[in-house]
Amino acid sequence: MMKMPISAQKLALIAVIVSLLAMLIYVALRSGPLAPVPVTVTTVENRSISPALFGIGTIESKYTYRIGPTISGRVKQVNVNIGDRIRAGQLLGEMDPVDLDDRVTAQDAALKQAEASVLAAEAQVRDNTARFTYADAQTQRYEKLMLSQSVSEEALEARRQERQVAEAGLASARANLDAARQELARGLADRAGIVKQRTNLRLVSHVDGLVTARYADPGSTVVAGQPVVEVINPKSLWINVRFNQLNSSGLRSGLPARIVLRSQAGQVMSGKVLLVEPLADSVTEEVLAKVVFDTLPVPLPPLGELAEVSVALPEIPSSPIVPNASMQRVNGSIGVWIVEDGGLRFAPVRVGATDLDGRMQILEGLSAGDRVVVYSHKALKAGSRIKVVERLPGVTL
Amino acid sequence: MINLAGRDIMHSWGKFVFTGVGLGLLIGVTLTMAGVYRGMIDDAKALLDNSGADLWVVQKDTLGPYAESSSLNDDIYRSILGISGVARAANITYLTMQVRRGETDVRSMVVGVVPGGPGEPGQPPYLVSGRHITRGHYEAVADISTGFKTGDRIQIRRDLYTVVGLTRRMVSSSGDPMVFIPLKDAQAAQFLKDNDAIIGQRRRTEANPAFNNPAAPGLTDAVIASQSTNPYVNAVLVQIAPGYTSEEVADPIRRWMRLQVYTRDQMEGILVGKLIATSSRQIGMFLVILAIVSAAIVAFIIYTLTLGKIREIAVLKLIGTRNRTIAMMILQQAIGLGIIGFVVGKISATFWAPIFPKYVLLEPWDAVQGFAAVVVICALASILAIRAALRVDPAEAIGG
Repeated sequence: MMKMPISAQKLALIAVIVSLLAMLIYVALRSGPLAPVPVTVTTVENRSISPALFGIGTIESKYTYRIGPTISGRVKQVNVNIGDRIRAGQLLGEMDPVDLDDRVTAQDAALKQAEASVLAAEAQVRDNTARFTYADAQTQRYEKLMLSQSVSEEALEARRQERQVAEAGLASARANLDAARQELARGLADRAGIVKQRTNLRLVSHVDGLVTARYADPGSTVVAGQPVVEVINPKSLWINVRFNQLNSSGLRSGLPARIVLRSQAGQVMSGKVLLVEPLADSVTEEVLAKVVFDTLPVPLPPLGELAEVSVALPEIPSSPIVPNASMQRVNGSIGVWIVEDGGLRFAPVRVGATDLDGRMQILEGLSAGDRVVVYSHKALKAGSRIKVVERLPGVTL
Repeated sequence: MINLAGRDIMHSWGKFVFTGVGLGLLIGVTLTMAGVYRGMIDDAKALLDNSGADLWVVQKDTLGPYAESSSLNDDIYRSILGISGVARAANITYLTMQVRRGETDVRSMVVGVVPGGPGEPGQPPYLVSGRHITRGHYEAVADISTGFKTGDRIQIRRDLYTVVGLTRRMVSSSGDPMVFIPLKDAQAAQFLKDNDAIIGQRRRTEANPAFNNPAAPGLTDAVIASQSTNPYVNAVLVQIAPGYTSEEVADPIRRWMRLQVYTRDQMEGILVGKLIATSSRQIGMFLVILAIVSAAIVAFIIYTLTLGKIREIAVLKLIGTRNRTIAMMILQQAIGLGIIGFVVGKISATFWAPIFPKYVLLEPWDAVQGFAAVVVICALASILAIRAALRVDPAEAIGG
């Protein structure tokens, strides 16, 4: 090394110094505030977009039948289990009748007694009728005899009095008969009532359906109105969807919907909006709508399963469209950075509809052909130096 | 006059440059440490800038969503919108947690934002890939440092989210990358218990005769439903309409709504002054120690270099070289070493800064100050060597 000519040493030293300086300059210009900001740019195009709404909901049944007794009592038997398919009129279960059967027997006996009373009353009426007929005939005979002065006035009066007594007795017997008949009718009605109550203890479905819940088992006591079995009509499944109120204008019944069930992610099912509820949820600020499947999935999804629903709104006419990533807020106004002659200009815009893929309709402030910044490596300012690149460094897709 | 320093360096330039590079790496570490400190401050400011808010409305008597937990009812923002001077107000929630993707998980700050579109308070101000959140549920925009890509499915609590956009420099005050998700999901995630806990809670409620009254069917369901909702948010971010000052808007909210309101300056004071104060003091301490160590090393190197050529210096003295010339030679060498060290340090710091797990912000003004400090330290460090050189007896040149 000592033998090396000085010029070579100098050369090597200069090379080291120059390369260090070059790197320093490179470092100073490529990092820190002096470095240009890499940005990607897109050209504004006139296109039509179809805005859409996205909401989540749960699968519910339009009709849910909660079948239970109309009087309090103990459950005697439950014939169906959760998941069973049932037909209209099928016996689902029965309540314990407790003393109802005994009361029917007692009522039967009471009825027989009432029938006997009626018979007795009828016999009494016949007896009194006979007495009255005899007394009446006696009176008429005495009246004829009285014309020929064959009997005394007193004897005639005695016959007349006997006739009146017989008449009163007949009226009383008829009233007795009436009372006995009414008693019989009351007994019959009583029995019918108890028999109806007895029938009512049978839990019967009025529809074809699917058992979704079984709330009580044999032996447990339920109060009037408490359900024992819950039945739904599987054909009446719908999705109770909640849509954010933002951008929810245009939601109406009949619009097509895409449904993704949580259990079947990636499998899109088609449906449509059945109705939009007139009442919105003011607490969660959501609009409620019911969405139905075009064809019911097989097997049926469980009630309460979460579903993601996208509703396509009608297409809007062609207008300048930019991606929502290009939107910025500068000094309180929303707009985009337009690239002009290598420099930047902020253009405030008025935004219209948006779609779920992040495209935004621009109502004012941009026209087709403008070049706007989409992505930037850091927040842009009016004086930022930019470098337009195909893809931002460090971003892998 | 010949330049003794240059001659001496030229004599063994390889050794000199290598020593400079070694010193440079040390200076690089010092600059990086300063960069880490600046990065922490910048992280705190980035958090505030990125929220896009002028005012933070938080629970009364708390320090706000970043330094202390705060909880507000989620309908308060409507009342705030009624205050004059408020242009926009939006609910926001913050929750630091592990976000899972497949088998790995990333520590992140999950931010629940109202999916109202870009420019709304709380939304990330710029993206580097993908798009903003458009759906009200199950979409996420993540900071690129999470390592997620657009299209990834990530798991937050029990829900799966699709990453639809990536952003940069969206970090919490402690440097955790942010993941933005729709507010309603975040509200659910923040207070959502795990399934076992929910079932346990349900069982306890059902076992309570007050809530499970056979004469009031449906009461149990209603109680359980009310136990599993969360109508709270951490803060309301407010943007001020043009023409109003922060205090003009903040005052009526403080006074009439009985809520705590912080302006940008106050929030910065809380974040920088309270939240990262200890960490920044720690970094500052390291910086001081590194500066002292660097100075000591420069001093040792110069001293050793000088002792290595003590005989030559004695010869110089013998032939009548002035003390000033010898001192200048050593001083120039020391400063030359410092300059090489600084250049190498600056370059190496710039190259390794991006791969640091924490954000390293290298400010040009810091570099200028660092350069001045290096020159001063080298000059001071050479004093010992100059002293040793000047004390050399010229007789040593001839003696053993």
